[in-house]
Amino acid sequence: MPATTNTRENTILHEPGQGSDPGVTPSTRKRARAFLPYAITFILLFSLWIVLSGKFDPFHLSLGLISCVMVTLFSKDLIFPEPGTEGSLRTWVCFIRYVPWLLYQIFMANLHVLYLTFHPRMMDLIDPRIFRFQSRLKGDLPLVTFANSITLTPGTITVYVSIDGTFTVHALDKSSRESLPGEMERRIARAFGEE
Amino acid sequence: MDIIVVFLIICGLVFFTGGAVGILRFPDFYSRLHPAGKLDTGGALLMMVALALFNLHHFSLATVLTGLKIILIVVFVFLSSPTAIHGIVDAGVRAGLGPWTRGEKRR
Repeated sequence: MPATTNTRENTILHEPGQGSDPGVTPSTRKRARAFLPYAITFILLFSLWIVLSGKFDPFHLSLGLISCVMVTLFSKDLIFPEPGTEGSLRTWVCFIRYVPWLLYQIFMANLHVLYLTFHPRMMDLIDPRIFRFQSRLKGDLPLVTFANSITLTPGTITVYVSIDGTFTVHALDKSSRESLPGEMERRIARAFGEE
Repeated sequence: MDIIVVFLIICGLVFFTGGAVGILRFPDFYSRLHPAGKLDTGGALLMMVALALFNLHHFSLATVLTGLKIILIVVFVFLSSPTAIHGIVDAGVRAGLGPWTRGEKRR
């Protein structure tokens, strides 16, 4: 992993003297780790460029290359706030593993709200209420993910999240109220390594 | 292929219809936001996936790129929609609007 990152970084950032180092000394490995966020940011940006431009002639590709390198340098700490931590990479991988489950939940819960919407005695079925609960998640990113997931699963909307993890949630009926925090919090805690 | 596309589009339309009906039928501000924000998101997901599939009929690089762009739309809707709903609900709470509870009249 560090070796490939090294060569890639050399092509991207034109750092002289790094690729000529034959052995993987601790300093090179450290430097490679520090440049890993740059590489990932650049790859993300450049693939977005290719998708959005759709042109493969040298002119457009070089334009994209230049602008992506510049934006990568400007916004180095935007996607990975702490430079060089491999934990953030693992977080992203885990987060991507979390997405399919979330999509399934959204689909099932969408059906639930659809059923409520078309039910003739809807007013008797629903029991809206604003309630609070304490979450055991700590980091900013897990809290935001949890809040957005709560809003996306129908029946519940996040009203307010405090910094220490107290959620204020508006729930549409009893079953969606009882589903929180539950499974979703556990999965997010596992995805972000807070277990 | 066509069957899958038509099925997905019909499901998406059902979700969108449910969203519209839900806005009319639910009793108050907060509960109306549930169908407004989320059935629309689900419907958008289904319709966009259907369009991306339909677009891949003539399989080539250009259609793959277009499909990826459509998927990007879904990603951004999924990011922005909950945030927007949260903003609206938060504004309601700050303005002091209490939620409808069972047994009250419709608002």
